[in-house]
Amino acid sequence: MKIHEYQAKALLREFGVPVPAGDVADTPAGARAIAERIGGRVVVKAQVHAGGRGKAGGIQLADDPAGAESAARQIIGMRLKTPQTPPEGIEVRKVLVEAASVVERELYLSVTLDRGRGTHVVMASEAGGMEIEEVAARTPEKILREWAHPALGLQDFQARRLALGLGLAGEAFKQGTVLIRNLFRLYLAKDCSLAEINPLVVTTDGRVLALDAKLNFDDNALYRQKDVAALRDVHEEDPLDVEASKFSLNYIKLDGNVGCMVNGAGLAMATMDIVKQAGGEPANFLDVGGSASPEQIENAFRILSSDPSVKAAFINVFGGILRVDRLAEGIIRAVRKLGLTLPVVLRAEGTNVEIGKKMLADSGLALTMADDMGDGARKVVALARGSR
Amino acid sequence: MSILVDKTTRVVVQGITGREGAFHAARCKEYGTTVVGGVTPGKGGTTHEGFPVWNTVTEAVVAAGANCALIFVPPPAAADAIMEAAAAGVPLVVCITEGIPVNDMVRARQYLATTGSRLIGPNCPGIITPGQAKIGIMPGHIHKPGAVGVVSRSGTLTYEVVGQLTSRGLGQSTCVGIGGDPVTGTSFVDVLALFNTDPETSAIMMIGEIGGAAEEEAAAYIEAHVKKPVIAFICGQTAPPGRRMGHAGAIIAGGKGTAAEKMKALQAAGATLVRSPADMGATVAKVLAA
Repeated sequence: MKIHEYQAKALLREFGVPVPAGDVADTPAGARAIAERIGGRVVVKAQVHAGGRGKAGGIQLADDPAGAESAARQIIGMRLKTPQTPPEGIEVRKVLVEAASVVERELYLSVTLDRGRGTHVVMASEAGGMEIEEVAARTPEKILREWAHPALGLQDFQARRLALGLGLAGEAFKQGTVLIRNLFRLYLAKDCSLAEINPLVVTTDGRVLALDAKLNFDDNALYRQKDVAALRDVHEEDPLDVEASKFSLNYIKLDGNVGCMVNGAGLAMATMDIVKQAGGEPANFLDVGGSASPEQIENAFRILSSDPSVKAAFINVFGGILRVDRLAEGIIRAVRKLGLTLPVVLRAEGTNVEIGKKMLADSGLALTMADDMGDGARKVVALARGSR
Repeated sequence: MSILVDKTTRVVVQGITGREGAFHAARCKEYGTTVVGGVTPGKGGTTHEGFPVWNTVTEAVVAAGANCALIFVPPPAAADAIMEAAAAGVPLVVCITEGIPVNDMVRARQYLATTGSRLIGPNCPGIITPGQAKIGIMPGHIHKPGAVGVVSRSGTLTYEVVGQLTSRGLGQSTCVGIGGDPVTGTSFVDVLALFNTDPETSAIMMIGEIGGAAEEEAAAYIEAHVKKPVIAFICGQTAPPGRRMGHAGAIIAGGKGTAAEKMKALQAAGATLVRSPADMGATVAKVLAA
């Protein structure tokens, strides 16, 4: 799960990671009031779950409260388009107004999981402000890494080593060491999957501050992070993804016109792949899981077919636990309730497959049977093209 | 032979009184696996659907000689169940549970490293040696004893390849689902090493997916050590970056972990790549006939 910068900064503050003074506003007047409270120059920053905001006009400097108000007026309500947003952009609903910092140095700091080593890694670099992937590709020697012990965590000497490696000295070295330890503490305590400060800055008056902040969380741990789960902003997600999450379905909307409904993540990905190889474009990823109920199947099919770009659907099921008759029951319910006429190709193997196929054949649904995955992909791509 | 599990495997099911645990304990037993019973803390001394229930894994080891634990415990308690099995000296721990927090697995894996136990999973279908032992949730009837070793990060996609192999008369030595989570107990490299020295395995079918670098590590191992033909398929060739594709570990992050990179590495290592998931069985057949 992702959260906004202003939410991440509130968490950083709570854990003793210094951030610029600031607050969030959803109106230009609110932005002005915050700027008045802060005094001096401020930055007005669009709050969306995407990077690249600056270049897209989502971050503006203002010299005074009136300037903050007019910047907020421009930013709130705009559809921000960056390389990380959908092509149509994301509507900005809130801005973070914070004190402008006079920056001497820009650094990079993050904590994430190193999958290969099975533990957490703290990464730091003097090349702040750049995408870390870019730094890793161009100058890998500029990235410092310290691996936390899986059970004992990050040790103080490791934090010091990173702070020294970043060229911090004197008071800034002390601040930096504490900041690194606190960021790691936050990362573990809140079950983050990524805690990234880019840039981490040293100001001309010698303070070490998180100028930007990105926190992502382990979805599997949200059950024990109720305060984090409450920070979810569904406006940042595709409405169909949100709808699917209500029924514990793994759905991701894509750009094509062939709807896919599959049991199991690997088979679902492979189904998208084979649709593409057959000359089509998958409209979604949808994994209904291993033990989906007819209710889940019904909702999955409803969500899949409510995407207006879907011209045909491919149901590909290899039932281990999932019974094909239960799958059929769910699909038939959805079709009856919604009066769907979408052409559907079914490839099913597994428990009670004959009963399930007969139920579907008797349902009056525009159903095409497929012998295997390849056959199914060819048939559904042809149907989506309208060449039946 | 086979790898990891066979007729001598004696399984204790942790979480046997849960819906999934009870259902699959019965399916494993039906297949012919020796399921000695189960563990549910607080329900020791009772029986559940014909299986004896103990309070601890240690009791199952002492009373019934369990040498394999199969875990269906819900996510909040699953990492603890893994560590309990390892502490009881169970050499093979198979965890089916999906949705365990990463931090819990980081600690559990560290704990396991201090014991002699091997963990398969979590978030996996389990492991099966056809005709001998089924320890997991895979449909047993699609398998057939034979000489193809199968290792995969996915569940149903493994059933797909097994179905394709069996329908061509190609049996399997052992099929191992290593799981779709970012932190797992057993890697591709571990299983490749086992298949490489198993006299009954003559070819290895490997199914990878986007995310992480386990396939690249497997490629390096294949190039350096594996003498047997390896056939590989990577799913997620059309997956968008930055999105988790169902499995917690299936995500292209920072441009890394793409299917293209993994396929390139495996091909360079001498593996036979399968482009279409419909051609996995046919490709294995072709390689074996060559």
